[in-house]
Amino acid sequence: MAENLVVPTMAEMLAQGKQPEVLFWVGCAGSFDDRAKRITKAFVLILNRAKVEFAVLGTEESCTGDPAKRAGNEFLFQMQAMMNIEVLNAYEAKKIVTACPHCFNTLKNEYPELGGTYEVVHHTEFLKQLLEAGRLTIEGGQFKGKRITFHDPCYLGRANNVYEAPRDLIQKLDAELVEMKRSKANGLCCGAGGAQMFKEPEAGNKDVNVERTEDALETRAEIVAAGCPFCNTMLTDGVKAKEKESQVAVMDIAELIAQAQDL
Amino acid sequence: MNLIDNFFFAILLALGFGYFFSNVKKLIRNIKLGKDINRTDNPSARWNNMFMVALGQSKMVKRPLAGFLHIVVYVGFIIINLELLEIIIDGLFGTHRVFSCLGGFYNFLIGSFEILALLVLVAVTFFWSRRNIAKLNRFISKDLEGAPKKDANTILYFEIVLMSLFLLMNAADFWLQQVGFSHYIQAGAFPVSHFISPIFNGMNETTVMLLERTFWWLHIIGILCFLNYLYFSKHLHILLAFPNTYYADLQAKGKFDNLESVTKEVKLMMDPNADPFAAHPIDENAVPSKFGASDVMDLNWVQLLNAYTCTECGRCTSACPANQTGKKLSPRKIMMATRDRLEEVGRNIDKNKGVFIPDSVSLLNDYITTEELWACTSCNACVEECPVNISPLSIIMDMRRYLVMEQSAAPQSLNAMMTNIENNGAPWQYNQMDRLNWKDEN
Repeated sequence: MAENLVVPTMAEMLAQGKQPEVLFWVGCAGSFDDRAKRITKAFVLILNRAKVEFAVLGTEESCTGDPAKRAGNEFLFQMQAMMNIEVLNAYEAKKIVTACPHCFNTLKNEYPELGGTYEVVHHTEFLKQLLEAGRLTIEGGQFKGKRITFHDPCYLGRANNVYEAPRDLIQKLDAELVEMKRSKANGLCCGAGGAQMFKEPEAGNKDVNVERTEDALETRAEIVAAGCPFCNTMLTDGVKAKEKESQVAVMDIAELIAQAQDL
Repeated sequence: MNLIDNFFFAILLALGFGYFFSNVKKLIRNIKLGKDINRTDNPSARWNNMFMVALGQSKMVKRPLAGFLHIVVYVGFIIINLELLEIIIDGLFGTHRVFSCLGGFYNFLIGSFEILALLVLVAVTFFWSRRNIAKLNRFISKDLEGAPKKDANTILYFEIVLMSLFLLMNAADFWLQQVGFSHYIQAGAFPVSHFISPIFNGMNETTVMLLERTFWWLHIIGILCFLNYLYFSKHLHILLAFPNTYYADLQAKGKFDNLESVTKEVKLMMDPNADPFAAHPIDENAVPSKFGASDVMDLNWVQLLNAYTCTECGRCTSACPANQTGKKLSPRKIMMATRDRLEEVGRNIDKNKGVFIPDSVSLLNDYITTEELWACTSCNACVEECPVNISPLSIIMDMRRYLVMEQSAAPQSLNAMMTNIENNGAPWQYNQMDRLNWKDEN
């Protein structure tokens, strides 16, 4: 698969005097987490297939500062933000796409005041744009007729009111979209936000990801679709905790689309 | 009524409203203890929010049963208060049912007040049963142990008594109208109370007249008591829901404010031309700035307004992922604690002739523990749920900021995460130079 990936960097683009159509912000999870790297690659495969001229920052990318900010470390957040803004502005970035709702929210909402104003879209929104522009076709493939439920990431849904793009994509797969009892604005958190991903939970009687996984299992879906690398991890762990990993798969929307097209 | 009655009524009214306004002044003073924040931008969106969320109750109906019952009580409260105007005029000038000159429309008004009063009684009984018989989780939570629980029931009893007095007063009036007693002119329609009026049959006319007067006086005294109870109760929301929705944050919920004081320092740090040894201009009166919040004075005034507006319904807590999984965090409790502490600070100021004498108590630790603060996932469910647009999350975040930036008191694992970001630009220990390795891995 690796040979097939075309991943130009902003530096290479600049050297050729080119400006990409969109900058793909990979994010820390997408760059380093083994599970999330698969999402990154699936998304790149789709971008390649749709002939999107994109570029990544590569080694010039750094954490957006989201987990530091949510943990209360505004200093570290702003240091990260301003460094990233210097880099992004130097490349004259206009449009940014990312598969991580945390990066998405931070870049979109918190960078402008610090001097970084870009058009920022989540990868599900971007894929939908490609679809509408006729640059990408989606067929159901192996997912035709399957029961799929979508877990709303807090930083995509409640935080930024993006509820429809991921659902529209699932429906394009000719899959049966089933909603959990708590969805969209009422969706329950996976338990990772607010820097919880990086610490042990406080004492309680249950883990949040297990509570959320129960919502998902209740729908009797074969696939739990996610749009966030952290939700993905939390729900995957939840499914394992419920010993359902042989029946239920947790997959990112980009992976669903890439696999349906046999990419 | 004779002149003494009118005089007594005027004094009662002056006392009732006077004490209420003195408490309103105190309320405003306390809210102004908060830091300044500009929430006057985009007035049309703000009016719209107030119109939809406070007046239109758009978020209440997300839970249909409670939402519907609440609308009944709310509409009843607003409409029946039109009657208050007549009561005040009658009381001050010794008239009786002064608006009866409106004729048929007056009958319609009184008739609809009566029906509303009955509906309010039904709804309030429902509310009372939800709290005390059905024992819904969010009403038996330990957030409400003691005074808050009593407060909630007191409000319901108040409403039951006021509505009953209103109907009894009308019933007696109707009875007296039927027998053609003195100045009880034929006015009003009594679709509910004419069923009550037979209880007066067999009594002598003067007794019924005295009863009617008693109900009338108790009703207005009750209203004035209730008005003055507001300041000491969660019921303040009936007034503060309006400014609270007007001044609520209009931005995307995911957007947390960037601390300006930090921006200045970071810019200085990153400016290659800045002289690190340059002496700072010294301002003798400057209070050293504090990052984040450890007490109510460090919060902004909208957050303090939020605390007074909270009516402790607990929808936030029932939607909170941390709370649902048994953690200590309860967004409702965050708001209640903020109000309790703010009241304590207010009493301190009252006692010390207008200045706050430090009392070695703070919102952090004494009211809100770090365990609660660290359990938050910042998922915004509480903010989404709140029927009057309160943000418990913003208080939690400001307090985390204090813990981390002033006290370096983050949990160890978070410190490790932050060190990683500082050193290698990722929350995990991976080299920044390896960021693109995924491209070539299988």
